[in-house]
Amino acid sequence: MKAALLFLLGAAVAGACAPAAPRAVEIRIHYSHYSTTQIDVPAGVPVTFTIYNDDPIEHEWMVGDMAMHERHRTGTEAVHASRPDEITIPALSIRTTTLTFPTPMTLMYMCHLPGHEQYGMVGVLMAK
Amino acid sequence: MRRPVAFAMALALSMLTFAVPAFACGGLIGPNGAVNLLRTTTFVGYHDGVEHYVTAFQFAGGGGKFGSLTPLPGVPSNVEKGGSWTLQRLIRETQPIKGVIAAPFAARNTAQDSVEVLLETKIDALDITVLKGGGAAVGEWATAHGFRLPADAPEVLDFYAERSPIFLAAAFDADAATARNQRIGDGTPVHITIPTANPWVPLRILALGKQANDPVTADVYLLTDRKPAILPLARGANGLTLAYDQGASKTLLADLRSDAGMSWVPANGWLSQLRIDTNAATLSYDLAVDVQGHSPSRVAAGLETPGSADPTPLALTLLAAAMAALIVIAIREQKRRPLPA
Repeated sequence: MKAALLFLLGAAVAGACAPAAPRAVEIRIHYSHYSTTQIDVPAGVPVTFTIYNDDPIEHEWMVGDMAMHERHRTGTEAVHASRPDEITIPALSIRTTTLTFPTPMTLMYMCHLPGHEQYGMVGVLMAK
Repeated sequence: MRRPVAFAMALALSMLTFAVPAFACGGLIGPNGAVNLLRTTTFVGYHDGVEHYVTAFQFAGGGGKFGSLTPLPGVPSNVEKGGSWTLQRLIRETQPIKGVIAAPFAARNTAQDSVEVLLETKIDALDITVLKGGGAAVGEWATAHGFRLPADAPEVLDFYAERSPIFLAAAFDADAATARNQRIGDGTPVHITIPTANPWVPLRILALGKQANDPVTADVYLLTDRKPAILPLARGANGLTLAYDQGASKTLLADLRSDAGMSWVPANGWLSQLRIDTNAATLSYDLAVDVQGHSPSRVAAGLETPGSADPTPLALTLLAAAMAALIVIAIREQKRRPLPA
């Protein structure tokens, strides 16, 4: 009985001490790859993403579901600047955007410039 | 580190600007990601410490502009219009047409954050710029001048800039070609002269912008004073084949010498034809050459990064010395042991 109580107490303490998902996320792009291919963020709160493009060519950071990505695979927009989840990062520059994911969800982020997704510019974002 | 020397081929760090990919000579990539699969032919001659690089840009119709970036092993002393028949004559030499009696040949370091323009010239519809700078700076310059670099360009530019920060950018204006009444199929040969210690031919760049399984095909003709040593070895399995390897004929040398800008061709020489038939994933190397026939640089071949010492001679020497020392110690220890009573 004592052991069971101790286990429950320990679990509660561990849960209280578990690191919270970050509300500020940095992503670097180098040689046409994202520095991380999986990002965990909290659902329901604003999260600020700072994306550093270390390459001498333009890149994108587009986050959304597969239907959104399918649209952009054949899209014709040269530059994305009007939506916080569709970011164009010019060569050797930095862009910041803030997003709130209202509920837990799993999304993908990609660069849809020609050939970039195939080259590996793909990652998973999990809002928990 | 001393730079691999000699020069290079590869027309290809290339990406076109704007719409219609209209031309190409090896490795050029259209703005829609389409890959041009034309076979590239390049001539690299080396004599008296100077590399002569001749290649051709072929007008394939269409409009718009596109271009290429080619890494060079050194600063060119001259860029001019190439001769009219050098490449064709080399092809005839190594691939004679069967059943046809040939008619007599008619006479005829890199980490730099800025770009320095070393040379600008115009050859027919080609605007040529020789640049000196690091990979990122050259990439930024190219982007600013309308080149659309593919996803692998940042890594490839750094790969070459670490070996030599010299690049040749060629912007081809298809509209200007049309205005000049250039017909589809017309080529613009370009002859680049580069003082250098050994020839070097960048091959990896031919895979630029291609998917891993995309084919890469090219011919490199190498004319040297004597039989050269090359690296990597032409094993076939690595996509590199030595298709022709013998003393150059007097008639070939005479014909080459009679072409424009080719008076440097020596009286005797060795002709090698290297065929590249592989896919983009396999083509991870360049062609390093030692004209003395000894040991080409592994760094120049792209098999090692600059700064990591070429281990072959030093490592082997140290290994041999260590083994000799061990043998001496073992013999001494054996002599010290007391003989059994």
